[in-house]
Amino acid sequence: MTATLDAPQQPGSLKSSSGVSKLGDKIFGGVSKGAGILILVVLAAVAAFLIAQAIPTFTGETDKPFPQYVGPLIFGTIWSAFLALVIATPLAVAVALFTSHYAPRRLAAPLGWFIDLLAAVPSVVYGLWGSGVFAPVLARSVYPWLEDNLGFIPLFKGPASTSGRTMMTVALVLAVMILPIITAISREVFLQTPRLHEEASLALGATRWEMIRQSVLPYGRSGVISGAMLGLGRALGETMAVAIILSPANIITFNTISNQNPNTIAANIALKFPESAGINVNRLIATGLVLFVLTFFVNAIARRIARAGFSGAEG
Amino acid sequence: MTATATRPPAAAAPAPSPLTSGRFTLVQRLAVVAGAILVGALTWIPSGAVNWAHWAVVSVVVYCAGTYVVSRIVEGRRHALDRLATAVVTSAFGVVLLPLISVVWTVVQRGWARMDADFFTTSMRGVVSEGGGAWHAIVGTLIITAITTVISVPFGLFTAVYLVEYGQGRLARSITAMVDVMTGIPSIVAGLFAYALFVLWQGPGARSGLSGAIALTVLMTPVVIRASEEMLRLVPNELREASYALGVPKWKTIVKVVLPTSIAGILTGITLAIARVIGETAPLLVTAGIAAETNLNPFSGRMATLPVFAYYQYAQPGVPPQNGLDRAWAAALTLMIIVAILFTGARVLARFLRPKGL
Repeated sequence: MTATLDAPQQPGSLKSSSGVSKLGDKIFGGVSKGAGILILVVLAAVAAFLIAQAIPTFTGETDKPFPQYVGPLIFGTIWSAFLALVIATPLAVAVALFTSHYAPRRLAAPLGWFIDLLAAVPSVVYGLWGSGVFAPVLARSVYPWLEDNLGFIPLFKGPASTSGRTMMTVALVLAVMILPIITAISREVFLQTPRLHEEASLALGATRWEMIRQSVLPYGRSGVISGAMLGLGRALGETMAVAIILSPANIITFNTISNQNPNTIAANIALKFPESAGINVNRLIATGLVLFVLTFFVNAIARRIARAGFSGAEG
Repeated sequence: MTATATRPPAAAAPAPSPLTSGRFTLVQRLAVVAGAILVGALTWIPSGAVNWAHWAVVSVVVYCAGTYVVSRIVEGRRHALDRLATAVVTSAFGVVLLPLISVVWTVVQRGWARMDADFFTTSMRGVVSEGGGAWHAIVGTLIITAITTVISVPFGLFTAVYLVEYGQGRLARSITAMVDVMTGIPSIVAGLFAYALFVLWQGPGARSGLSGAIALTVLMTPVVIRASEEMLRLVPNELREASYALGVPKWKTIVKVVLPTSIAGILTGITLAIARVIGETAPLLVTAGIAAETNLNPFSGRMATLPVFAYYQYAQPGVPPQNGLDRAWAAALTLMIIVAILFTGARVLARFLRPKGL
């Protein structure tokens, strides 16, 4: 009604302001686009500066060849992240199921919030807790038992560390740190399970667990996998918790409970960088570049799985 | 009905039909719980010392196993599996809460010793063992986080606006992909990047608050983009179309209609992003470093920050170590309190600014 009444005045007012609004649109659109392009520039800059600072490692004199230096570090990085993932994934799936299908609906949101709090604890606090509280407990009551009873498995060969600052402690703390990521993504997909799938299963007489196995888990599989890969990416790059807890050595071993542990790339940088100078700094930056590439591929795979899985589920 | 059905079917009876099979009653469940706690207690009673961890672990395992066995006898295999799954899933949640409780408890308990006025008013200048504080680190954290926020928020917000309101085609797709890559950059790598950038400007060994802020910007911007993007996409298209229909230009539609509608979610996202970067240690360790005294100039010189301060007080506590350790835990507690305030603030913001009628 008002629109039609105002109509005669509209063309004039539009015309008078069109110059300004066009300019405004141009500026605003330009700034937005510029910000978007700046993202590409920043990322290119990250890669370029790291490469530029890493190059002297390969041209200059170092005490040992680069592959030999970075080898044990790559092993330690992947090994710790892998262990953390193996521990965290089943727990995360169970917790996600608990909040999505088991907990009373009114409790589900606050419980999910508790899990999010786990992700908000700064990593340096996990480091202090891991080395000050968790490691001594494990060293006192768990590692000796593992060595005595399961020592035949190479993982627990020992000799058990008395300080508890071992690869296993690191893996457990990393598992706590990546669990909220895996849980959050799994919970999302579990909640998206088509209601009809669930009800069809229950109507056929399935118990709750059978319903979950038949409809929720198959539907959420790709979500769980991509969440796990994102968690893996986080575990690969986690620095302070590892740097504070681990007692490192320059070796490659699968033994997880002794004092001699392979270090990770990130923790090695954090420990050595403040006291390094000259070519050693370049070498640390080169290892950082390796870490960057490693996490890049893990995250890329995670996203690919997520995309493939979700489109498949819809079709 | 239930009363008669509770009795386990006699061995000689014909296989019960599923509709009339027994039920796992409350009494049986309580019996299993009591049994589990008792068996758990047996693991420490002989030695005389209460071992809470042992007790809990053994009880939970026995409870899961006991539930399965009893239910299997009373109800059959399928229901037993169902109950086992419930028990396992629930105890998994309990297991996950343990570290959270333990972390909070430890930090409060050990950090309390140094939560005094000195800690918040003095720096570490000239402090050898006793006393000293984190004033310089708190100031450093505030300065660096403020710079990070001032850079990341407009940068991230405009990028999100571009992706949602303008972006189409290859540029938008590649920006989205690169934001994903940026989200996955390990924090220490962001620190190395900022260091490599500032080496060009200030020479080898460069340390400054600004370089720390640049490192954190690399980490915070993608988080801001993701959060704002999600919120902008939630704004119903009808609102935009109504605005266009009234002849409002696009940029004004975005500023006056789209952003105000989504402002609650965006502010929540920004607050959570700040909570995340304020605890970052590794990138600041290699860029801002550590200092013993207050440095208010972000452009040059080392600048202490709370997380890095906590790390160094823990790793190099001095003699006797207890003083340094107390400072480290107090710094950790301060950090946790800041994060908790930001976290709660985000929830409050989300509640109060939520647009009415949407």
